[in-house]
Amino acid sequence: MLTFIQLHRIAFTTILMKEIRRFMRIWQQTLLPPAITMTLYFIIFGSLIGSRIGEMSGISYMSFIMPGLIMMSVINNAYSNVASSFFSNKFQRSVEELLVAPLPNNVILAGFVFGGVARGLMTGIIVTGVALFFTEVTVFNIWVLSSVVLLSSVLFALAGFINALYANKFDDISIVPTFLLTPLCYLGGVFFSTDLLPSEWQLVSQFNPILYMVNGFRYGMLGVSDVSLATCYGILISIILVLFYISMRLLNRGKGIRP
Amino acid sequence: MSLLENYSGPALSISGLGKVYGNGFVALKDINLQVAQGDFFALLGPNGAGKSTTLGIVSGLVNKSQGQVSLFGHTLDGDGGGDVYAAKRLLGVVPQEFNFNQFEKVQDIVITQAGYYGIPYQQAKRRSEKYLKALGLWDKRDIPSRMLSGGMKRRLMIARALVHDPRVLILDEPTAGVDIELRQSMWHYLKQLNEQEGVTIILTTHYLEEAESLCKNIAIINHGVIVKNTSTRALLQELQQQTLVVDLIQPYPQRPKLTSVPLHWLDDSCFEVEVKKGVAINELFQAFSQANLLVSSIRPKSNRLETLFVDLVRK
Repeated sequence: MLTFIQLHRIAFTTILMKEIRRFMRIWQQTLLPPAITMTLYFIIFGSLIGSRIGEMSGISYMSFIMPGLIMMSVINNAYSNVASSFFSNKFQRSVEELLVAPLPNNVILAGFVFGGVARGLMTGIIVTGVALFFTEVTVFNIWVLSSVVLLSSVLFALAGFINALYANKFDDISIVPTFLLTPLCYLGGVFFSTDLLPSEWQLVSQFNPILYMVNGFRYGMLGVSDVSLATCYGILISIILVLFYISMRLLNRGKGIRP
Repeated sequence: MSLLENYSGPALSISGLGKVYGNGFVALKDINLQVAQGDFFALLGPNGAGKSTTLGIVSGLVNKSQGQVSLFGHTLDGDGGGDVYAAKRLLGVVPQEFNFNQFEKVQDIVITQAGYYGIPYQQAKRRSEKYLKALGLWDKRDIPSRMLSGGMKRRLMIARALVHDPRVLILDEPTAGVDIELRQSMWHYLKQLNEQEGVTIILTTHYLEEAESLCKNIAIINHGVIVKNTSTRALLQELQQQTLVVDLIQPYPQRPKLTSVPLHWLDDSCFEVEVKKGVAINELFQAFSQANLLVSSIRPKSNRLETLFVDLVRK
């Protein structure tokens, strides 16, 4: 007789593997676009414009933008995987398969979130592979690098889950990436050091969580950062805890899934 | 099965169940219902009566506003305890609408569902084979589910609901839109499941002949209230009279009248006759013989349960 923990581990693995199978099956829509987009970024911003900019924070511009571009792909894909997959489950009503089963809500949440993390990490690896064609990829601190990328993808996967719970139509899952995520990424220090900003905008940028993720990841790769690591981890973990709490509350209430 | 050890109470017990939707619509008012172990039970009612809401609450797909629901003594309340998981483990659900991923392969859908119940992969694979074969879908196991016909999709939902060997199977209009041949084979399979494996079956249907031929007990719900809950046999005995349609071997243009039984002629070779409860059919035939009416066939005008159902929901 399997224990509850064993039963729930099998259920978690089932959801996770289903999520991985889903994004692998439609790799042309999930894994290929970030590779193409980031290739264009490296060519246009890195090679063409970057050669005129020279150095940023004491390193070549191509090397400076690489961690931010990788991180941008990771968080976008972690977010959109969970948002689109869970919303599709709602739309096709296959979420009912989960609701009738003896599954605690935290197992459902973990399955989808780690599905998003898996896609985020896989995209990160692909984009890193693309980056190798343009510049040298270095690792300054593997633990910082891997923990920041993991925490960032968990954070955005949770955010994608909340978006999917609230979404009533497919348009609703593209509003946040278009109008919130993309501007925050562009203003989050991917392409520039916040030292270049006027002091008042430096203050504003401190409210952008992506700034901390990009800089934490940049530290892991290059050893340079505009923010302290402690602040980076503190903000990431705090936001994750808040999003986890909100997700669980919404799931327990059956928001968007159980009338 | 340890989840059922020493339990002899009802398979499903509902008490004081109420549901008010967010828009203020009162779907259920104080529903009390018990379904015995091994029963084949029908929950009937017109559209919007509260059938799907009741079964939705039992299945965990709809939040209840008040009341208690338990399966084999395990309460189905909330998400907090082991009891609700024990209850869900005993329950299989076949909803009204197709609710599987249309892009997934047939066998993957069944195996994945088994995984949600904590069934290890190899065991899930064996069980999926068993049920896909039993429901005639084994040849289709490797095709995406969207390529199945409507009837096959219904059977896939039954296979998926059975993969964890539930003791209670809920079917919400399982044969809606299914052709008569397939419907018969599904009836046969469900009957076998109930009689040979002792699975308690609860279904809703709009085909009253389905309920009449399959179910031992019937509850009728209307406007969120149970208006009848009894055995199929007892329910049918409540019929005070039924209308028979009589076809004659040859036309009778003169359309004779009988003194003992009023005939309602539909055309020269067919009439309807109303028979009161307790009247022997032999008496009818005697009257027909006396009037030299040669009968070729005799059949009920409508399904008997249908007559009762209409009476009850009109009240």
